[in-house]
Amino acid sequence: MANARKHFDVLVVGGGPAGLAAAVSAAEHGARVGLVDDNPALGGQIWRAGVVGHGPGAARWIQRLEATGIEILCGTRVFDSPTQNSLHAEIESGLLELNYQKLVLATGARERFLPFPGWTIPNVMGAGALQALVKSGFPVSDKRVVVAGTGPLLLAVAAYLREHGAKIELICEQASLASLALFAVSILKLRDKITQGLSLRKELAGVRFVAGSWPVTAEGDGALTAVVVSHGQKLEKIACDFLACGFLLVPNTVLPALLGCRLQNGFVEVDRYQQTSVGGIYCAGEPTGIGGVDLSLIEGQVAGSAAAGHAEASRSLFGERRKLQRFSQALDRAFALRSELRGIALPETIVCRCEDVTYERLKPYTSWRNAKLQSRCGMGPCQGRVCGPATEFLLGWSPDSVRPPVFPVRVENLGAMVRDLVPQDSELLRGPQ
Amino acid sequence: MPEQITLSVNGRSVTVPQGATVAVAVAMAEAHCRNSVNGEPRTVLCGMGICFECRVQINSSLHQRSCQMLCSPGMQVRTDG
Repeated sequence: MANARKHFDVLVVGGGPAGLAAAVSAAEHGARVGLVDDNPALGGQIWRAGVVGHGPGAARWIQRLEATGIEILCGTRVFDSPTQNSLHAEIESGLLELNYQKLVLATGARERFLPFPGWTIPNVMGAGALQALVKSGFPVSDKRVVVAGTGPLLLAVAAYLREHGAKIELICEQASLASLALFAVSILKLRDKITQGLSLRKELAGVRFVAGSWPVTAEGDGALTAVVVSHGQKLEKIACDFLACGFLLVPNTVLPALLGCRLQNGFVEVDRYQQTSVGGIYCAGEPTGIGGVDLSLIEGQVAGSAAAGHAEASRSLFGERRKLQRFSQALDRAFALRSELRGIALPETIVCRCEDVTYERLKPYTSWRNAKLQSRCGMGPCQGRVCGPATEFLLGWSPDSVRPPVFPVRVENLGAMVRDLVPQDSELLRGPQ
Repeated sequence: MPEQITLSVNGRSVTVPQGATVAVAVAMAEAHCRNSVNGEPRTVLCGMGICFECRVQINSSLHQRSCQMLCSPGMQVRTDG
């Protein structure tokens, strides 16, 4: 099979803020740059263009990107690294081989979901997912929405949905009022974050917000009709059409791990120049620590400049990065998940949605690997990306290895992977006689 | 206003704005995306190509993540429900 092949000085994986900033910085320093993303358009999750186009923040970077002649490869899903300095990606027409001198991984983050009775009912979805659906053209006006979970993302999503006509019935934040107050004090020095917070408060005026509150049951037959939330001592049932929930973000570290980059506490370890433990491979944005769009942009610029051989340009951004990292640490402290959330999954609650594995079927096992082998938890197409972070919180398990393909791929592309692994004269490569 | 395009979800005609994902068309048709291994109805969970709950058939291609595919005029989408 003739594969498409491309060569770049610097290849960037991920087209969100960190990836855009890395690609622009590397290209402006003269490198030949390729930027790949699995979505149909650039912007990542936070800067999703949807049906109305990119907002001003994203548009500025995309303009710079277009001025540099970077090769943009959307709808491109990286699934393997067959040899050093090379990645395999699936595209609509088949397989793409991407060769690079330097690599920047800007793979972003996903939401953490916690299982509770009814969380598999249609219209219970991620906070970011409902926002993405609306950005992509779904009319949400007059729909009743409960937003639940933890972190500043809940407020941003609620404000966005309200602006598009949704009726926000309640915002449930699991963190206590005391932690939220401490968080507000700890970010006082970050003027931009305070301004963002105040503007959200204005947009959400009149919306009911309860701290120390979390979902315990979603109800509905075929589609959501109501959600029961706990305010600690008492329960409350609220009729709604959508439950948008998320319990902070989880970094996407599968590709860095596949490439041998060292992780520390679940995040990709990097040096001052955003270089990972593997020489020539850089990482920027949420995989190195959840810090939001501003930190991602700085880290992306540091990584992109360093990958293009201009370390001095990276150094000028270290001060700004240090300041923004403080916000990231404050986030971790304020929105740590409370232990009561371990009790919301009942024995019959599904934990692994791909394989319908319930909580009680996981309890006999002591590790992720054991549970995978015996119960099929984490063996479905998401490869544990949803149930992994849930079992990490519920049971303290952590995944112990990553193997290609890191996403399910079409069988002909799997074939290409096998061809790279077995000797050329192997019987496996011979077709039927 | 973006241009509108029309496609089919389970034989039902749905009109969406240009740039809409297939997941939006499925939601507007009030269909769910797939049935789980125990037969439960499922729709979008993550909205970003991670969870695979939004898998549908698009034209002749099976197991497409509807949250990452854009609608095109005349597209035939089939779901389990």
